[in-house]
Amino acid sequence: MPGKAGTKELRYPSNGKTIYHRPLARGRTSELSQASFAYLFSEMVSYAQKRVTGISDLENRLNVQGHPIGVKLLDLLLIREPPRSQARPLTIVALLHFIKGAVFQHLFGRAADGLEKSSDANTPDEYLIIDNEPLVNAYVSVPRDMDKLSCAAFVAGIVEGVCDGAAFPARVTAHTVGGKEEGEMWPGKTVFLVKFQGEVLEREALLGVGKG
Amino acid sequence: MSYYFAIIGTQDNPLFEHEFGTSKQGGDGQPRFTEPARHLNQFILHSSLDIVEEVQWTGSQLYFKAIDKFFTSYISLFLTPSNTKFLLLHQPSIPTSSSSATTSAPGGSTTTTPLRVSSTSIGANPTSAATEEAVRSFFVEVYENWTKAVMSPFYRVGMEVRSPVFRARVAAAGRKYL
Repeated sequence: MPGKAGTKELRYPSNGKTIYHRPLARGRTSELSQASFAYLFSEMVSYAQKRVTGISDLENRLNVQGHPIGVKLLDLLLIREPPRSQARPLTIVALLHFIKGAVFQHLFGRAADGLEKSSDANTPDEYLIIDNEPLVNAYVSVPRDMDKLSCAAFVAGIVEGVCDGAAFPARVTAHTVGGKEEGEMWPGKTVFLVKFQGEVLEREALLGVGKG
Repeated sequence: MSYYFAIIGTQDNPLFEHEFGTSKQGGDGQPRFTEPARHLNQFILHSSLDIVEEVQWTGSQLYFKAIDKFFTSYISLFLTPSNTKFLLLHQPSIPTSSSSATTSAPGGSTTTTPLRVSSTSIGANPTSAATEEAVRSFFVEVYENWTKAVMSPFYRVGMEVRSPVFRARVAAAGRKYL
């Protein structure tokens, strides 16, 4: 950025069209080929892998790369909804349904495969989003000595961005749960563990009281 | 009617502000705030952020009409899903008889703006259904442009928007609806 003077001599693209001239509606042809995505994603992973101290650090970096995407998606996806059904998610369940449906539909062309609440009574703040076959892991083969690594941490970062943006601060991590036994149907099954912060649950309880 | 529009980020930090006047009913699109009022407007707008926090969990709609009132000024709110707040302060014009409606022309001579507003027009009645609808249309248009600004890969959340194109778009939306 050239500083304050830059605002005076704003440079327009040669066709005179800025981002404000482009429509937000999504065309049918705007889908990206999986090959080019895989190529780009492999570069992102190797970029994140530089100078990392361990697997959790690498996952953290992937998470950070995804985070801003999530925050921005929130605005974009709501504007694409028909005006009558535009609604900000106010509850955890509404938010998770939005992620499972609209966000996954937008990112991967299909909704996530499942949504579960943690059955453990000690962790009422944990929710699981289940993806049987994450697109990002399609061409990733994890070395044996790094078997804890899940490159879906990038997607977890996007989900975390959506949660944070909607004022539901959360920590989202990706875990590969499939591939433990032979002949499994979904060897790449991945669970996104969404752990909301305490204040979200407090607010939820408060709002629930207000309704009843 | 004069308007003061501001976009407030998630950390209650101002990201964008714009002042304009009505273009309906023969208005020239110039704000008619007095100099002290211009400073006061920023206070009024930011003090309504407390009310924003109260109302934002009461409904999942994006547009909240006239959430706050300060003497003759009304504040309307539009919340984007990522909790960026669009706040619009609208203040009806003060009748011609008072001195504040008299503006100094650049030449030094004072001109009195004739106000030909009927009581049902958007300009005169900040709580009417027509005004409400006009403000909503204004917000929706700004929201669309805001999303475009936010989708820029060089934009990080919480950054000020300085783009003159964005400002021109907001001004155009103001001219079109308010």
